[in-house]
Amino acid sequence: MIRTLSLAAVAALGLASVTVAQEGPTPEQQAVNARQSHMTLYAHNLGKLGAMAQGNAEYNAETATAAAASLHHLVQLDQSGYWLEGTSSEQMEESRALPALWQNLEDAGAKHEALMTAVENLQSTAGTDLASLQAALGGVGQACGACHENYRVPQN
Amino acid sequence: MRRALTALVLLAAVGGGVAWWLTAPDPIPESELAGLTGDATRGQAVFAAAGCASCHLAPEDESAGPPVLAGGQRFVTQFGTFVAPNISPSPQGVGNWTDAQLINAIARGVSPEGQHYYPAFPWTAYNKADLQDLADLVAHLRTLPPSEAESLPHEVPFPFNIRRSLGGWKLLFENRDFVLQADLTPEQERGRYLVEALGHCGECHTPRNPLGGLRTDAWLSGAPDPAGDGQNPNITPAGLQWSEGEIVAMLQSGFTPEFDVVGGEMAEVVRNTSQLSDADRQAIAAYLKAVPPIESPAPEPGTGDSTAEE
Ligand code: HEC
Ligand code: HEC
Ligand code: HEC
Repeated sequence: MIRTLSLAAVAALGLASVTVAQEGPTPEQQAVNARQSHMTLYAHNLGKLGAMAQGNAEYNAETATAAAASLHHLVQLDQSGYWLEGTSSEQMEESRALPALWQNLEDAGAKHEALMTAVENLQSTAGTDLASLQAALGGVGQACGACHENYRVPQN
Repeated sequence: MRRALTALVLLAAVGGGVAWWLTAPDPIPESELAGLTGDATRGQAVFAAAGCASCHLAPEDESAGPPVLAGGQRFVTQFGTFVAPNISPSPQGVGNWTDAQLINAIARGVSPEGQHYYPAFPWTAYNKADLQDLADLVAHLRTLPPSEAESLPHEVPFPFNIRRSLGGWKLLFENRDFVLQADLTPEQERGRYLVEALGHCGECHTPRNPLGGLRTDAWLSGAPDPAGDGQNPNITPAGLQWSEGEIVAMLQSGFTPEFDVVGGEMAEVVRNTSQLSDADRQAIAAYLKAVPPIESPAPEPGTGDSTAEE
C-alpha cells in the first residue's frame, strides 16, 4: 500500500518540480531521460548475470552476488519525478510509456513491487549456484516483462 | 473507411451470388479422423506451442496452475471487436463437442453447426497442423478445469457479421501450404511447423492486405499493431540481426541481447515459448534465419513503391 501510494505521490511530486525548468531539456524531457536511464541500468546489471545464466560467461558466485546487489540498490532508488503527468508516448515522441500507465498507477506500482520481490529473491540466491541464479533471473525477467506488457509501446 | 468499403464490395461479390456453393465449409472427412487417439500428455506441448491460453484465458487471469479457458478477452481488428469464447470442458464451453467437431473448429475454422469462424481465431495457421497433434491437443483440452462462464457476442458490424461471407474470404486467403518453400534441414522444417502452423507468429509479424489476409509476399516483415500504438517488429533477417542463440534465449526468458525484456503481446508469447523444449526453440531460431530477408515496410504488391500507411 505504501509503495502504491508513493507512485501516486511521485506523479504529484513530478508536477511540483516543473518550476526548475530553464534552458536545455524541459522537465518532461528530463523525466523521460531519467526513467529511460534507470531502465538502461537495470539492463546493464542484468547483462552480467544473464551472461552467466545463458552460459556465455563462467559462473562466479562473487560476481553474481555483486551484480544482484547493484540491481537490488537500483530497484530501491527513489523514482520521484520519473512518471510526470504529460510524459506518455502520446505526448512525448521520445517516450514509449503508454498512457495506460497513468490510468493504472496503482497496478503499475504493484508491478514495480513484484520486481522488488523478484530482485530480493535474486539477491539472496544468486551466489548459491548456477541453477539458483538461473531460476531467480527467470523471475526477474517475468517481472520486467509483465510491466512492459501492459505499459510500454512495442518497439518501432 | 475507403478500405472497409472495398472490403464490403468484395465480400459481397464473393460471398453472395455466383460463389455461394463454393463458400460452404469443407470439414476434414470423417475417414481421416477415424482411428486417431489423442494423448493428453503429448497434447500439453502442442497446447503451449499453439498458444491457445494466450487468447482463451479470462482477461487479467495471471493465476498459476492449469489454465481455465473461460474466454472474455477482446481482440480489436479492422472489422470489429471479437471476444474469445469459453473453450473449457463445460456445457458453456466445448465439453459436449466431439473430437471431430473440435478438430474441425481448430484446423478448418468450421463450427459444429457448419458455420465459418472468423480468422481472429488463427485456424488459418492451425490448418497446417498434424492431425495427430490436434488429437493430442483436444485430449489435453479435456483435462483442463471447466468454467461456467457464458461466451459473449462479438461486436462486429454489418456486413462483417455475416459468417457466410467468410467463405469467400477463405477462398481468397486461406493457405494450407507452408509459406516458406525451400530445401530445408529437418530442424528448419520443425521450425517452420512451429512458427507457421502452431505458433501463428505470422498473425502479428506479417502485414495484412485490406481484407485482412496475410501478405505472404511480406512474410514476417513486421506490421502495425492493430490495437493502436507501435509496431510488431520485422523478424526476417533484414530486421532481426540476433544470433540463433540470442533468439533462443529470448524465447526462453524474454531477455533481448541487450537485456531489455520484450513486452506488449510478445510477453504473452514468451509465456508459451518458455514451455517448449530447447530443441524446439532452437528450431524456431533456425527457421527465422532461413526466411527471406524483407525490408519493412514491404511495398504493396503491384505499386512498386511503399504505400504503407502511417
Ligand atoms: C513499473 C513498470 C516497469 C518495470 C517493472 C520495468 N520497466 Fe522497463 N520500462 C517501463 C516503461 C514504461 C518504459 C518506457 C519508458 C519511456 O520510454 O518513457 C520502459 C523502458 C525500458 C527500457 C528502454 C529504455 C530506453 O532507453 O528507452 C529498457 C531497456 C527496460 N525498460 C528494461 C527493464 C528491465 C530490464 C526491467 C526489469 C529489471 C524493467 N525494465 C522493469 C516500465 C517498466
Ligand atoms: C489470437 C487469439 C486466439 C488464439 C491463439 C486461439 N483462439 Fe480460439 N478463438 C478465438 C476467437 C476470437 C474465437 C471466436 C471466433 C468466431 O466466433 O468466429 C475463437 C474460437 C474458438 C473455438 C470455437 C468456440 C465456439 O464456442 O464456437 C474453439 C474450439 C477454439 N477457439 C479453440 C482454440 C484452441 C484449441 C486454440 C489453440 C490451438 C485456440 N483456440 C487459439 C481466438 C483465439
Ligand atoms: C500476439 C502478437 C505476437 C505473436 C503471436 C508473436 N509476436 Fe513476436 N513480437 C510481438 C511484439 C508486439 C513484439 C515487440 C515487443 C517489444 O518490443 O516489447 C515482438 C517481438 C518479437 C521479437 C523481437 C524482435 C526485436 O527486434 O526486438 C522476436 C524475435 C519475435 N517477436 C519472434 C516471434 C516468434 C518466433 C513468434 C511465434 C512463436 C512470435 N514472435 C509471435 C508480437 C507477437
